[in-house]
Amino acid sequence: MKGIHSSFMLELSAGRKVRNCAAQILISLAALLAIVPLVFVFVHVIKSGMPALNLAFFTSLPSPVGQSGGGMANSLIGSLILVVFGTVIGIPIGVFGGVFLSEYGKGKIAFFMRFSVDLLTSVPSIVVGLYIYSMVVVPTKTFSAYAGGLALSILMFPFVVKTTEEVLRLIPQHIREAGLALGIPRWRVIVSIVLKGAIPSVTTGILLGIARIAGETAPLLFTAFGNRFWPHGLNEPMPSLPVQIYSYAISPFEEWHKQAWAGALLLMSMVFLFNLVARLLLFRDKSGHN
Amino acid sequence: MVQKELVLSIKDLHAGFGSAEIVKGISMDIHRQDLVALIGPSGCGKSTFLRCLNRLHEETEGAWVRGKAELFQQDLYERGADPVEIRSKIGMVFQKPNPFPSMSIYDNVAAGLTIRGIKKRSYVADVVEYCLKQAALWEEVKDKLKAPGTSLSGGQQQRLCIARTLAINPPVILMDEPTSALDPISTAKIEELITELRKQVTIIIVTHNMQQAARISDKTAFFLLGELIEYGATSEVFTTPREKKTESYITGRFG
Repeated sequence: MKGIHSSFMLELSAGRKVRNCAAQILISLAALLAIVPLVFVFVHVIKSGMPALNLAFFTSLPSPVGQSGGGMANSLIGSLILVVFGTVIGIPIGVFGGVFLSEYGKGKIAFFMRFSVDLLTSVPSIVVGLYIYSMVVVPTKTFSAYAGGLALSILMFPFVVKTTEEVLRLIPQHIREAGLALGIPRWRVIVSIVLKGAIPSVTTGILLGIARIAGETAPLLFTAFGNRFWPHGLNEPMPSLPVQIYSYAISPFEEWHKQAWAGALLLMSMVFLFNLVARLLLFRDKSGHN
Repeated sequence: MVQKELVLSIKDLHAGFGSAEIVKGISMDIHRQDLVALIGPSGCGKSTFLRCLNRLHEETEGAWVRGKAELFQQDLYERGADPVEIRSKIGMVFQKPNPFPSMSIYDNVAAGLTIRGIKKRSYVADVVEYCLKQAALWEEVKDKLKAPGTSLSGGQQQRLCIARTLAINPPVILMDEPTSALDPISTAKIEELITELRKQVTIIIVTHNMQQAARISDKTAFFLLGELIEYGATSEVFTTPREKKTESYITGRFG
């Protein structure tokens, strides 16, 4: 009796073990498949970018066709200006929008806003570029850092709205009530308790937003446009890393291709760094509680 | 016997959400330094009733209130009454300890003052120390005031929340099942604290625990299905209840 029983159990558990093992292998394979392309891209960009990545690349202007050397210093600075510009406009709109949706987000206005933010996050970036081209570049008759920064901010703020709303919603209602019950006005509860408590997560959202716009090329093509010299005014065409990479990559010159790869490596490292910092911030925040 | 000062006077208070009426015409008077326990089965409206008293009920979507609730002869629901001001006079301690996350122990107690603009450091420090002592938490936290409030144990967090409420010095404190999420030892500490506090504040406490009501309160109100069935001295309600329903509930026949 006992023998039958235990052999039955054994059979059952053996079958389960096999199925479990198969499922684990499949899942691991899927995970591997997701990582492999990333590793390939990384390795390839690093291998192709390293040769041209030297000090001059960070400090000098692009050299004329036919001359070797030169760098992307102007694009680096241009990108910095554009991203800062986009971020400065994008953060307040994004954070306030997210606060509005999370704290006051009832009724038709909120519904409409949520809907349009969702739409805006999925609008192709080239469309945003075209829009700014027609609204800013055409009337002012010049490509400019303003136009580029504006285009980037439009790409950034819906993302920040969404992440801000999400992280604020994670703060339990009873925390807000605790604040209200102390006789603190609603807006102060939101600013000093809800938002303050969520600063690390909101910052993470912002950093991810920055990482996202730092690599955008399409919206800059006909807004900031780019140039081969030092940026000397916000109302001038502004060079940027992605556009520079683009124009070098489609050029017929071997030397420029190398530079494009180096630019790509730099851009990728920057985005990687932003993501890393964002994760660390979130991790530190989480491990800080309890 | 000298009649103590009338603190809260509730007259025919109705409240609910949408088409559901949860509180169905409650009238009761609460005097200075009363410790009133609200008992009754789940869903009988005692929490909703409590939340009407500091106008927190209206923070939930679809909430409505009708009737009168007067604090020192001032109707809480009259036109122009400022909920923010009312809440600074009627403090609240919640069922689940809810210290502000990402704030230190010190900042939690100081929040009611500093966020409302009282910034004088020495004064705030005095209040924080005084309130933590009142909440019987000072000895346990005086060496780690900078530690996050959420790092404390559940019972300590609840005492922290009581200290936070005391810091704004309200004459009335509402407690919504303040010990139901705590272990027996923490519960005993909170009860001890409540009996200590009642010397200076009027306390209304919702509790599921009838022994607790019998132990600490001097008046008990029995709620059933949104109505106030019986309200009187705790000793009488528990030994010689006037109403049959009260007797059935406290002897454990339902609830």
